[in-house]
Amino acid sequence: MGTEDSLRLEDADVLGLAEDWVQAGRGVALATVVETWGSAPRPVGSHLVIDADGHFEGSVSGGCVEGAVIAEAVEVIGTGTPRLLEFGVADETAWRVGLSCGGRIRVYVEKVV
Amino acid sequence: MDRFTLSALNEARRQRQAAILVTNLASGVVRLFREDDAGLELMIEPALAALLPERFRSARSGLVQTPEGDEFFLTVHVPPPRLVVIGAVHISQALAPMARIAGFDVTIIDPRTAFATPERFAGSNLLAEWPEDVLARAPLDAFTAVAALTHDPKIDDLPLRAALEANCFYVGALGSRKTHAKRLERLSAEGTEPEALARIRAPIGLAIGAQSPAEIAVSVLAEVIDALRKRGVAGEGADP
Repeated sequence: MGTEDSLRLEDADVLGLAEDWVQAGRGVALATVVETWGSAPRPVGSHLVIDADGHFEGSVSGGCVEGAVIAEAVEVIGTGTPRLLEFGVADETAWRVGLSCGGRIRVYVEKVV
Repeated sequence: MDRFTLSALNEARRQRQAAILVTNLASGVVRLFREDDAGLELMIEPALAALLPERFRSARSGLVQTPEGDEFFLTVHVPPPRLVVIGAVHISQALAPMARIAGFDVTIIDPRTAFATPERFAGSNLLAEWPEDVLARAPLDAFTAVAALTHDPKIDDLPLRAALEANCFYVGALGSRKTHAKRLERLSAEGTEPEALARIRAPIGLAIGAQSPAEIAVSVLAEVIDALRKRGVAGEGADP
């Protein structure tokens, strides 16, 4: 099995897990990479699932901005209002969170209600 | 997104159905469309409906903007393509690893145990069984390609008919034009319609002047990919 297959299965599991977590009564948010520029580490459509306690699975940036996305996601679970986040080298926050590889990404975070 | 839409999406993925999640990034409203939904074009804004067929073919997720200025994200889920090879022959020995590298889930079926030996197909999903037995428990579907390579009607004919009935995106059969003409006579006599028969690619493979079994494998794989990426395009015959 090649790397591509592994990535695909990883993504596949994230959506299954999101459903499992919701059924278990946990507050759940789903983060999705909706746009990338430059050398963004994860492709458009990649998912991260987060619960109200900050537990997560999946990846939207190969580790660069997950911490910031998780913090925002916990707030989205609280408010129920989706957010569109942007990370990139032009953004001070992005430098701080580590997406300094020259890439920029936009991540949509929504609560699963 | 609501849990019912998420659940429906996961169900479509389990059923190996292509589906697109359409998310309005301004309102947060999410809708799910399956490729085989009847009247799909009537359920959705024309500007979006026009984009969906190409998205289903390319399997690429991405942002789109409607002329009204609304921004939507399309999450495209297409089942991983399968390749079922009938015949544990020399071409298959080359085709199986190449197709795996290209991202296909490959199964080789051949009831002749002299051909279907693990030594000749290390690392492949090889089944030394009759195709009808395998297909009874693992049915073909629209995201499966079938290449029949044995030349033997007793082995090839049934999976070819099954592939046409299941609307497999690719159906190819090895054999000269003369062999294929006889095959068409047999399948026709068994009730397969001429439009379905016309979907069988024969002689198999793109015309690249392939000589060796490995070269023929390249031409077959290229033809399979061509069919996958042009699914449903007029003239390609993948529509039911």
